[in-house]
Amino acid sequence: MSNGMDPAGLLGIAQQSAGGREYWRSLEELAGTEAFKDLIGNHLPRHAAAFTSAMDRREFLTLMGASLALAGISGCLSPAPAPPDEKIVPYVNQPEALVPGKPLYFATAIPVEGYGRGVLVESHMGRPTKVEGNPQHPASLGATDAVTQASVLELYDPDRSRVITNAGRVATWDAFFSALNVELESQRVTQGAGLRILTETVTSPTLAAQLQEILRIFPKAKWHQFDGGGGDYAHQGARMAFGQPFETLYRLEEADVIVSLDADFLLRSPASLRYAREFINRRRIPGGSDEANRLYMIESTFSLTGSNADHRLAIAPSAIPQLARTLAARVGVQISAEQPAISPAQEKWLGALVKDLQAHRGRSAIMPGEYQPAIVHALAHAMNDALGNIGKTVFYTDPVAVNPTNHAESFRELVRDLEENAAQVLIILGGNPAYTAPAELDFAGHLVTSNFNVHLSLYEDETSAVCHWHIPQAHYLESWSDVRAYDGTVTIMQPLIAPLYGGRTAHEILAAVAGQAERASYEIVHDYWRGQNKAKNFDAAWRTALHDGFIAGSALSPRNVKAKPATSFETSEPKRASTGAATKNPPSLEVIYRPDPSIIDGRFANNGWLQELPKPLTKLTWDNAVLMSPATATRLGLTYRVGGTGGEHGTIYADVVELEYDGRRTRGPAWIVAGHADDCVTIHLGYGRRRAGRVGTNLGFNANILRTLDTLWHGASIAVRKTGAQYALACTQFHHLMEGRDLVRAGTIEQYRKNPKFLIERESEKEAPGTLYPGYKYDGYAWGMSIDVNACIGCNACVAACHAENNGPVVGKQEVLRGREMHWIRIDRYHRGEPSNPETYHQPVPCMQCENAPCELVCPVGATTHSQDGLNDMVYNRCVGTRYCSNNCPYKVRRFNFFLYSDFKTESLKPLRNPDVTVRSRGVMEKCTYCVQRINQAKIAAEKEDRVVRDGEIEPACQQACPTRAIIFGNINDPQSRVTQLKTQPLSYGLLTELNTRPRTTYQAKLRNPNPEIENG
Amino acid sequence: MASKPSDPGGDTLPLLEPGHTFGSITDKISSIVLTGRTPLFWYITFGVGFILVLVLLFCITALVAVGVGLFGVMIPVAWGFAIVNFVWWIGIGHAGTLISAILLLLRQKWRQSINRFAEAMTLFAVACAGIFPLIHLGRPWFFYWLFPYPSTMGVQPQFRSPLVWDVFAVSTYFTVSLLFWFLGLIPDLATLRDRATRRMPRFIYGMLAMGWRGSAIHWHRYEMAYLLLAGLATPLVVSVHTVVSFDFAVALVPGWHSTIFPPYFVAGAIYSGFAMVLTIAIPLRRLYGLEDFITLRHLKNMAIVMLATGMIVAYGYLMETFMAWYSGDLFEKYMMMNRMFGPYGWMYWILILFNILIPQALWIRRLQTKPWVLFLIAIAVNIGMWLERYVIVVVSLHRDFMPSAWGMYSGTVFDYGVLVGTIGLFVALLFLFIRLLPMISIFEMRELVHEEEGRSQ
Repeated sequence: MSNGMDPAGLLGIAQQSAGGREYWRSLEELAGTEAFKDLIGNHLPRHAAAFTSAMDRREFLTLMGASLALAGISGCLSPAPAPPDEKIVPYVNQPEALVPGKPLYFATAIPVEGYGRGVLVESHMGRPTKVEGNPQHPASLGATDAVTQASVLELYDPDRSRVITNAGRVATWDAFFSALNVELESQRVTQGAGLRILTETVTSPTLAAQLQEILRIFPKAKWHQFDGGGGDYAHQGARMAFGQPFETLYRLEEADVIVSLDADFLLRSPASLRYAREFINRRRIPGGSDEANRLYMIESTFSLTGSNADHRLAIAPSAIPQLARTLAARVGVQISAEQPAISPAQEKWLGALVKDLQAHRGRSAIMPGEYQPAIVHALAHAMNDALGNIGKTVFYTDPVAVNPTNHAESFRELVRDLEENAAQVLIILGGNPAYTAPAELDFAGHLVTSNFNVHLSLYEDETSAVCHWHIPQAHYLESWSDVRAYDGTVTIMQPLIAPLYGGRTAHEILAAVAGQAERASYEIVHDYWRGQNKAKNFDAAWRTALHDGFIAGSALSPRNVKAKPATSFETSEPKRASTGAATKNPPSLEVIYRPDPSIIDGRFANNGWLQELPKPLTKLTWDNAVLMSPATATRLGLTYRVGGTGGEHGTIYADVVELEYDGRRTRGPAWIVAGHADDCVTIHLGYGRRRAGRVGTNLGFNANILRTLDTLWHGASIAVRKTGAQYALACTQFHHLMEGRDLVRAGTIEQYRKNPKFLIERESEKEAPGTLYPGYKYDGYAWGMSIDVNACIGCNACVAACHAENNGPVVGKQEVLRGREMHWIRIDRYHRGEPSNPETYHQPVPCMQCENAPCELVCPVGATTHSQDGLNDMVYNRCVGTRYCSNNCPYKVRRFNFFLYSDFKTESLKPLRNPDVTVRSRGVMEKCTYCVQRINQAKIAAEKEDRVVRDGEIEPACQQACPTRAIIFGNINDPQSRVTQLKTQPLSYGLLTELNTRPRTTYQAKLRNPNPEIENG
Repeated sequence: MASKPSDPGGDTLPLLEPGHTFGSITDKISSIVLTGRTPLFWYITFGVGFILVLVLLFCITALVAVGVGLFGVMIPVAWGFAIVNFVWWIGIGHAGTLISAILLLLRQKWRQSINRFAEAMTLFAVACAGIFPLIHLGRPWFFYWLFPYPSTMGVQPQFRSPLVWDVFAVSTYFTVSLLFWFLGLIPDLATLRDRATRRMPRFIYGMLAMGWRGSAIHWHRYEMAYLLLAGLATPLVVSVHTVVSFDFAVALVPGWHSTIFPPYFVAGAIYSGFAMVLTIAIPLRRLYGLEDFITLRHLKNMAIVMLATGMIVAYGYLMETFMAWYSGDLFEKYMMMNRMFGPYGWMYWILILFNILIPQALWIRRLQTKPWVLFLIAIAVNIGMWLERYVIVVVSLHRDFMPSAWGMYSGTVFDYGVLVGTIGLFVALLFLFIRLLPMISIFEMRELVHEEEGRSQ
């Protein structure tokens, strides 16, 4: 029986045989079918052996009876784990019935590092395929980031762990529960003195209640927190400044001057999507206000936010707290300590900044960085207080995270308890501490020797390998749970699909610890919220919350706070481990550890979409590197070599350096980053995984080997030695100069005010030479796009969204090295000015959909043609693969399937695909289509309703994901459409229009808002 | 054999060494095919060629089975060795028809001893060239979509694309070259039929000779047909490489988009074609003792043609550089600077050395009749012309308009495998031809005896 998974077929045989002639023979057949074996294996695993091994007659007769009975059951049960009975509520109008081909959208939230972001998940026939932002959710505003886009790939990742294991052997939930109970029984005696629970940052109210319940049952048990991607310094800083661990929120739309003390708020913040929107909204000059904000950035590594700053000061990490102190003293914070003198250049910079801040009292914001020590946070609070920003641009609420703790201290305590054997039972909920924890602690070693530990995670990772029990975790798209956003807004997370591999949630594990092994997540979450809502209409409220994707009014309200005088804390130095004096030879540098922009702390290491996503500033893929400034590289004698294969669009051979910190060593390639602070290096975490899966294992190098708990994010005196070896890094854009070409046009707001057309009045912009032939007339729609370079922050969300929407393949590092990555939209990054502190521009480049498309002319088989609404269509079936179109494309946006890149084999990836988009095969060209599938859906919908497509009805995936709304798509035949209006603005320009390609995608020039005092002096 | 001391330039060198009769010519040429022992070097050369053919077959099989990604092509350099080789081989395939057709029309008698193998060389070179457009496709099994066949889908090729013109130009050229070659062979095939002693050769040559009996009417019709075909083939010499150059000239890419390309490509093709004829003729005349037939006069004339076309090519280079400056176009200027001083700059300078500087030695008349000098220069020109195509195809593409998309290309094992594989195929086919067919036109050489006799009397 080939369709072994079809219970109906199985039942059919059973029914037929029950009333048929060949009664005995059918039973034998029945017992041998794949479906039956599957059924027994899944539902009666204890008896599975009996069916698969040889049996004697007596056993046979016994089992035959059972098999007859079970044959009926197999019809009732699905061979896959049973679907949940719980009701989930679709977001849009509930259809009368599920219409094949019509996706449904469900609201939920993605928890990243504890904090939630509201999303709407597109579900095709019960399988989630795409994640979009929830426009009504405060942390999303309809946008997503790259990680959110790629999370759907994680759901279907074939490498996710599939079974509960005990010491590497397959086990069952019941067995786990029994084993756990034995341990807990002994703990009960000591009131749980040996029970430890380790979580990452927790914001889930239900989980918090469960933890409280457990701490009630086991009063001496301890709950520890350790997050690979954060350290919770913000709460400590607030505690320092206010006495309480308040959550800090910013209203950037109200801020004229923003000073970021290493805060990468455009990328690395639970509110980054909102902050990006608010930040950019104040910079959309032609459309919005004339008064643009100004961003000053003080940082060491070159962050995405830094690349968007008007002024940037790159200084060593150890100098930031001191600079914060100096700044605080200048803006009026009472500082007792004498301020050391600073260099004249910094003096001038700081002076201008202080003047700017003083001129915008109550309309400025000082943002401390997540990884800065608590003192910097506290000083920032004091500065905001002194500048009168609190209550205007800066707000404080009760902490969103449950029980904010210093993670380093909490973890240190846990390790001590493990060492002393005080921790008998350790339950690790998520995270991968055996990898993310600093190596000096030898956490993995402690786990091996400990008494009993459990690890709940999506993958069988480094931690699972050394834990006694591993429980596969349900993905967030498979889970009932709840999570708070940055402002406390609660989303009740609903599953989009039953757990593919029988995964469990943290709620279920904690319920088991509390003695309720059989409670399902739905029950736990539902009951918790029923308990919270005493009103009679709970069911309606529940449905509304699920439907909307958040509980209205659940955001925490701002608190009136009173800052303590700065003198009470300003002298408390951050604890810094200094291991030996800094040596000159080998040169010792400061080190900065940061989560990787794509894979964070390694939690997304096995996600091919994220691995292949070029990192925003370095454009590296598949690797991390030791980032340093050009001057530092020169001092260390480090260099690079452009590879002959792939070259600037592929292979860069970087010098490998050996890093030594406190006696521990590792090696990694050095990468020169213009704008990095001198005499320090940045290392991104998340690489060097040993058990990540077939994608993420053994990529890059593991920086956790060097870290200590005292130097989680910044360390002094790391030795960097050149080794002489070289390492090939896959970089998608190494060339960062525009070579005098008008690709990104940029100026200052000052220039724009004087002459709004200053950027387009160039010789090359003159009217294109006429032609004798009349142009094609687009009667109906004419699709076009306008991309605001001014609004693009370079976050990669559009690239990931495009990949997810259009079934983009992952090609792997070897192919990226050859320059064959398959992104339909790329973000070009250009630098201008001094290499030590350059201006940076991000420019998304999708297909230009030229009206005079050079690609169409040269295709010998007509595989790329023009549609009646002006799209440059690609006919995959007709393409023979001459690649002539790509050669003739001046924008080089075409991508070719040099091999069979799309995975046609892996079963679990098949449901992931967008059914509206062809999965491209080998040997064909592909490129951006403006998401033609979405255009056609909207056109069909409009035709059915006998109307034209409304402006804004069609959003290509890139536009939909963009946090800053930098991409606007629409009908340029409609003079009222937003895109037409944008295209008529004085800052609108086309790329390489002198070639007479007449691109449909046009750009809005970048306007910077520099402080004239700094810029002109 | 050596030129007379009193005649260093070799202007009065004979086209046929004296002392030959009709019989001696027929004996000498047909014996290579019919009676002579197959020499050892034939086995060696053919053997090497055949092994390389196997390499070619292996590479092609792998390419079809796994994908064109085995080549080094990438974005932005989506055309690599395959197209370079294609243009190179097509260029080589130009000399044969030029010698046969244009020189026939111009009544250049010196063509007669070299036209046969030059034509064969043309055919084999075009055959080698024809492989590349096929195997560089992403989906080679659909190559026939480039032909305007009556498709049930109702789709036709896109006739604005130069690649479609290419299909017609190359296939026409191949067909006419084949016909021309075969037609020229007919009287000689009849000779072989008559002289063959064994049954099989008699039968095969007999079939191929198509009943040639050498009657006056046969000769009359033959001459007329040959002349007409020559007339037909003449424009093709110009058209094929013109169309090939359109592949580039029609595109936007700086370094491709140039009106000088057609004449410059045609001159380059003839240049490389003659270089290849010399590369083959010089060893062959030595190995088979054909110095009497392929005399120094032939070598000298070919050297002069090479020099002339080489100068046209040099003019092309000069004009490209001049126009890049004169146009004031940012992209053109950058392209030229990058070509000279960019990462592939060394190729450009080797190309200038091999294609322009070294052949200037041919101005020295004494060297025009030194076979080994000519051989070395011809080799240099062959390499130089390959590099020229590499510079045009790859170096133009690797840095075009968007600096963000700049990249670099280098050939893979498969790129080199296919290149040497086609060289092997070329050698193998050539040596099969030498072994099985008269490599010098017997009847035309006999005509020459007649004329030489007339002149000496």
